[in-house]
Amino acid sequence: MTAVEKHDWEVICQRSDLVAGSGVCVLVGSEQVALFYLPGEGPELYALANRDPIGKANVLSRGIVGDINGQLVVASPLYKQHFSLVNGACLEEEGVRVEVYPVQLEGDRVLIGRR
Amino acid sequence: MSKRRIIVVGNGMVGHHFVESLVARGGDYAITILGEEPRPAYDRVHLSDVFAGRSPADLALATRDTYRGWGVDACFGDPVLRIERAGRRVVTENGRVFEYDKLVLATGSYPFVPPVPGADNKRCLTYRTIDDLGEIKANALDSRIGVVVGGGLLGLECGNALRNLGLETHVVEFAPGLMGVQLDDGGSAMLRHKIEALGVQVHTGKNTRNIARGAERALQMEFADGSHLETDMIVFSAGIRPRDNLARDAELAVGERGGIVIDYKCKTTDSDIYAIGECALFGGRIYGLVAPGYRMAEAVAAQLVGEEAQFTGADMSTKLKLLGVDVGSIGDAHGRSAGAMSFVFSDGREACYKRIVTSADGKQLLGAVLVGDCSDYDTLLQYHLNNIELPPDPQGLIVPTVGDRPLLGVGALPATATICSCHNVTKGDVVSALDSGCCSLVEVKGATSASTGCGGCAAMLKNLVEAELLVRGVSVDKSICEHFPYTRQELYHLARIGEVKSFATMLADHGRGRGCDICKPAIGSIMASLWNEHVLDLKHVGLQDTNDTFMANMQKDGTYSVVPRVAGGEITPDKLIVLGEVAKKYDLYTKITGGQRVDLFGARLNDLPAIWEQLVGAGFETGHAYGKALRTVKSCVGSTWCRYGVQDSVAMAIRIEERYKGLRAPHKLKSAVSGCTRECAEAQSKDFGVIATERGWNLYLCGNGGMRPRHADLFATDLDDESLIRYIDRFLMFYIRTADRLQRTSVWMDNLEGGIDYLRQVVIEDSLGIGAELEAQMAHIIGTYQCEWQATLADPEKLKRFRQFVNSDQPDSGVVFVRERQQVRPARAEERLRLISVAK
Repeated sequence: MTAVEKHDWEVICQRSDLVAGSGVCVLVGSEQVALFYLPGEGPELYALANRDPIGKANVLSRGIVGDINGQLVVASPLYKQHFSLVNGACLEEEGVRVEVYPVQLEGDRVLIGRR
Repeated sequence: MSKRRIIVVGNGMVGHHFVESLVARGGDYAITILGEEPRPAYDRVHLSDVFAGRSPADLALATRDTYRGWGVDACFGDPVLRIERAGRRVVTENGRVFEYDKLVLATGSYPFVPPVPGADNKRCLTYRTIDDLGEIKANALDSRIGVVVGGGLLGLECGNALRNLGLETHVVEFAPGLMGVQLDDGGSAMLRHKIEALGVQVHTGKNTRNIARGAERALQMEFADGSHLETDMIVFSAGIRPRDNLARDAELAVGERGGIVIDYKCKTTDSDIYAIGECALFGGRIYGLVAPGYRMAEAVAAQLVGEEAQFTGADMSTKLKLLGVDVGSIGDAHGRSAGAMSFVFSDGREACYKRIVTSADGKQLLGAVLVGDCSDYDTLLQYHLNNIELPPDPQGLIVPTVGDRPLLGVGALPATATICSCHNVTKGDVVSALDSGCCSLVEVKGATSASTGCGGCAAMLKNLVEAELLVRGVSVDKSICEHFPYTRQELYHLARIGEVKSFATMLADHGRGRGCDICKPAIGSIMASLWNEHVLDLKHVGLQDTNDTFMANMQKDGTYSVVPRVAGGEITPDKLIVLGEVAKKYDLYTKITGGQRVDLFGARLNDLPAIWEQLVGAGFETGHAYGKALRTVKSCVGSTWCRYGVQDSVAMAIRIEERYKGLRAPHKLKSAVSGCTRECAEAQSKDFGVIATERGWNLYLCGNGGMRPRHADLFATDLDDESLIRYIDRFLMFYIRTADRLQRTSVWMDNLEGGIDYLRQVVIEDSLGIGAELEAQMAHIIGTYQCEWQATLADPEKLKRFRQFVNSDQPDSGVVFVRERQQVRPARAEERLRLISVAK
């Protein structure tokens, strides 16, 4: 990491809105963002664009999370492609990627960074 | 330089096999086939099938196009007249001349017709070619009685043909017994007994002296012992004679009793001329079976491409069905070898006869005779061909025993063991086909040609392929995914025995990593099958596929469809109206399913609770259309309304659906109940189907429609209600215990060792002693049933999940509908662009 990106942090929801070991969706402006809450992982919270670029529907928050070769992923509920929770890359289709959002937990508040 | 020219005279099975073998070896030759018959090669072994409904075209081994595709010239219907060895050419009846560098004679044989006065009558026929079949058929039209002369393999095959034509069939044999070459006296007597039981009349020890005009029928056969037999037609099938006249005329060496003399290279006395198949005489013997002919053909083809290859004789063991009777003969069937010992088993009641012939020390199997039951043939043949040492009590191989028979599994065979003798495919060949990427029986057949000849090895090949695949599966596919080195079945047992109730414990105790979309739903399903806790309980929630999570079926645009349970397809008008009202209120696309339910499409995630609130309020329950669980039990109206119904199929369907609703399984489960044999509910295409009989219910198991249809197996008949339910309980729980992940019952059955018979032992006879346990487990599942939707509606924590956005009440703007035929449907990409730009 060469430079720490500057973000304006915005409270987007509460920790109680999250579902441990699974995903929920938040609306950030007009963008749908999938939040995955994985207690015990470091970090515990991950955020990807909710839109599945292959299935072309807003569903990634409803996928099953897990790991493939140690890499944290969510599987699209439509056609089961895996997207990295860390960098948004699709494991099956080279070049396909979903947006990754900076998120953090601060006490009970969930913060999302806006550039 | 032009290609070397090969002429093949004769286009029977062996001649064809030679060409096929040579082409397959990539020999750079100009090949010309000269066939006497007007059609390309066909399967002579199965000739009588034509009378059992197969068309002559089905028997074809090749078409003209086949040969054209191979770049082979083929001329049919113009027999070769003579060979001119000096000029190395052959001349046909039509005067055509073909030059050769190498000549292959595959002229086959002709049926032997004994020199009996009157045998030239036009109602005296032979049985060898497709044209002969036409003659037999034509004569059968105005015949009531038919006689086959010859009680050997071909004669009995021909007897079957006459019987299939509806004639009163007689078999007349010169020798004292049937199939004297292949069977000993005991086997021969048993065969006779069985054939006579089928209504075929057998006359042995009959020497036909004369065939005269009959008094009542067209012909009268007069025998040396003074007796006679009247008949309408006679077919001679009393053995074959080699067709060696071309060779004879060309002054090649022939045997005293016929046959073109060949050496171990299949060369005649002219080194440019080969002879193969039934026209050839090797070691003083004519090989009258197709497999040795194929071996000769391959030996010649191999030599022509420069390989070392020899024909050194062939095993004449054979297994076949004659008139529906299984007959097998291996090696020294008569026990003529010096010092040979015999073990004989004969069961008059079951009408089977078995004999094995062993070496003096009892360690090697020299021969065997099987009549009426050939189930031991494959095992015995492998002992014989591979000189595998016999068990200490070899009689155990044929005597029915209580408990396990000492079976020679495919695993015990050496790589050199021949599996398919028609195409000379060894176990090693099958294994290397699998090594090079084949992963199914069909692919192995395609790659090796195994089991595409007589088909006698089909069962053994299947076993071998399955065993080998299992071995590979165990090493390659055993793990359900990277997180658990176990199959679903093993995970099930681990969870059951360890009473594991959560994925986290499972992972900690038996897995690694964090899990994934393969193992999580699989273990979630196992937990549900075992403990039946709510799928949305906190510890299970992350395990479920989206369909289970939201208890609805996700469609392509991210909306869901809703299918309430309509048990047995029976619904009141009031409830039907509620479905209509809900659909109308939420603007849901409405369609009737194949399982007699109503599917409501286009429901948004956040509307699901309200939709179900209304449905549950009207008495509906969840239909589990989203789960790997019991779906629907389809029914016809049965005896209540239908003129033909014999039982109340609707009531039974509802009882079954109510009993098993919510049952989680390795895959979805479908069922149906039909009220009579007309089977309007299509029960035989279901995982478990029930068809009413006059006396109760017939239970069919492991059927499937869809992508891989499978007709269900009839499992038990005329069951009373309670037995039916008990068997289904046990069947379902046994399937849940033992099936693989996402394995439907149909595939499970296809992979179940011992098949339906084994399943009967487990379920009906309780051979594993787990019947009560299976029932108890089912009782637990039934006792803990809850409508998942009803439970969800009562729990605000669970309802929290049904929000499109946890921070907003807005709907998903990505869901866009258009209307078609008065209902909604998802907008297509181009429609979506247009609609969204208009909205902006």
